[in-house]
Amino acid sequence: MKLTAEEVRRVAVLARLRLTQEEEAQLTEQLDRILAYMDKLGELDTSNIPPFTHDIESVELREDKITNRPNTEALLANAPDRDGDFFKVPKIIE
Amino acid sequence: MNLATLTVHDAGDKLRRREITSLELTDAVFQRIAATDERTHAFLTLDREAALDQARRADARLRAQDDDSPLLGIPIALKDNFLTQGLRTTAASRMLGDFIPPYDATTVQKLRAAGAVIVGKTNLDEFAMGSSVEHSAFFPTRNPWNLDRIPGGSSGGSAAAVAADLCLAALGTDPGGAIRQPAACCGIVGFKPTYGRVSRYGIIAFASSMDQVGPMTKDVRDAALLLQALAGHDPADSTSSIRPVPDYSAKLDSAIEGLRVGVPKEYWVSGMQPEVEKAVHNAIRELQRQGAIVEEISLPHTEYAVAVYYIIATAEASSNLARYDGMRYGYRADAKDLTETYMITRDEAFGAEVKRRILLGTYSLSAGYYDAYYLKAQQVRALVKQDFDQALKRCDVLVTPTAPTTAFRIGEKTLDPLAMYLSDIYTISANLAGLPALSLPCGFDSDAMPIGLQIIGKHFDEATLLRVAHHYEQATEWHKKTPSIEDR
Repeated sequence: MKLTAEEVRRVAVLARLRLTQEEEAQLTEQLDRILAYMDKLGELDTSNIPPFTHDIESVELREDKITNRPNTEALLANAPDRDGDFFKVPKIIE
Repeated sequence: MNLATLTVHDAGDKLRRREITSLELTDAVFQRIAATDERTHAFLTLDREAALDQARRADARLRAQDDDSPLLGIPIALKDNFLTQGLRTTAASRMLGDFIPPYDATTVQKLRAAGAVIVGKTNLDEFAMGSSVEHSAFFPTRNPWNLDRIPGGSSGGSAAAVAADLCLAALGTDPGGAIRQPAACCGIVGFKPTYGRVSRYGIIAFASSMDQVGPMTKDVRDAALLLQALAGHDPADSTSSIRPVPDYSAKLDSAIEGLRVGVPKEYWVSGMQPEVEKAVHNAIRELQRQGAIVEEISLPHTEYAVAVYYIIATAEASSNLARYDGMRYGYRADAKDLTETYMITRDEAFGAEVKRRILLGTYSLSAGYYDAYYLKAQQVRALVKQDFDQALKRCDVLVTPTAPTTAFRIGEKTLDPLAMYLSDIYTISANLAGLPALSLPCGFDSDAMPIGLQIIGKHFDEATLLRVAHHYEQATEWHKKTPSIEDR
């Protein structure tokens, strides 16, 4: 085993994912197998290869002006919780 | 005849000759859905009333003869990761179970402007992460050719809907084969254009550097017609290309004599179903018979492509899916503080495969692992791309199998994520290199399951690729075979 349950727990906190102990054990085993497969990239010497960044020939930047009028009601209609025209979120300051 | 079985171009001809109306056509599609979709489960959401309305409006436009859009009055289905204003869009996730988009994706706007009829939203693997639709949070879709088999994924609902005549054509998205592999599994045409050819604005994001929208159709001519309607620069998507859009149908019938067809020698791996290998070799012989010059080429980094893809795609996914925090839209769990709200919301609303990919992506981007995984993968991606640049200097197109096997059984690979990832081996390289690639039917195995032939083209040379595909298709009968769900 290369990957430990502790590392999976650390990454899960970074990704804001709660895991049950059962999930943690199963994911550690599965991710370890997947990472072992990924390690085959180590066979290649890439010390002089510039990494791929993007595949865009040229970027046509548009003018920075509003073209779509925000529809407040349609946007707030999807909110899990609202107060008038505001999103209502859990308290973050004690 | 059942109007739902028509191709887009045949139905378009009949509509313009006033032999049929869009209302009759749309009604035939909904009757077929009512009769069979309880077995295939291709759709997550149907939009019958709105569709019949759109059909009536299309008929009015047809009567006025005020335009000749080939999609006018044509019933089309959309994968449920295209935002549709006012129509529930879920990405097959509990996270977006009740989400009503406030705007249309650019491609949806284009279809609406062309007068297409939107039938409904098709099933997919949650957030397009999977190769079988078994990772849909709602239910699996079944393959119309055999209801015990997967339809392929992630655009499996769209593929099943086209194969079962539940629409005349559909749209899918393809970050790593998600249009082509289901097209192969269901015996239809699936086309991923060049990266940047079609706008991604309003597509629920998964792997942004590889994802592309494309058509899923009953034949190659329809694929050309749909791409024509979708392609072009979009100011709302800075990755969309400003190159002019050619006429994709104009040269479909020009001979393919003298075109150079490359066959990658690394693609004949062990694990390929012998019937797939035989069907693809027969297809190559057919292209040769029509005067194409076939030569063996080499893509030396092929064996690394799956590893590269699953590092980059999961890294991009972990970043893209960070937006699902339960604050402004989507699911929110009740919890005692903010951090716990995030963690429980994401635990309860994401499925197992999505969690697996978020964790893998977060791991490869995290301090201490970035160089060994993410950076390394981007370097090897440059090598994979270089392989294709070399090969496509000599060749006009490359021909390969679409998938190593025909559709596998539902449940066969769900416990082994790595085995599922390896079934994408032939399709993901085109995404890493940003190239256009299409799958079309090239035979059946002894279980009567369809086999797919993949044709990969040069950057932005969709026209040549479509021409080769059309010539192969017209010399064969595979695309005319249809599954008979009524008998099952």
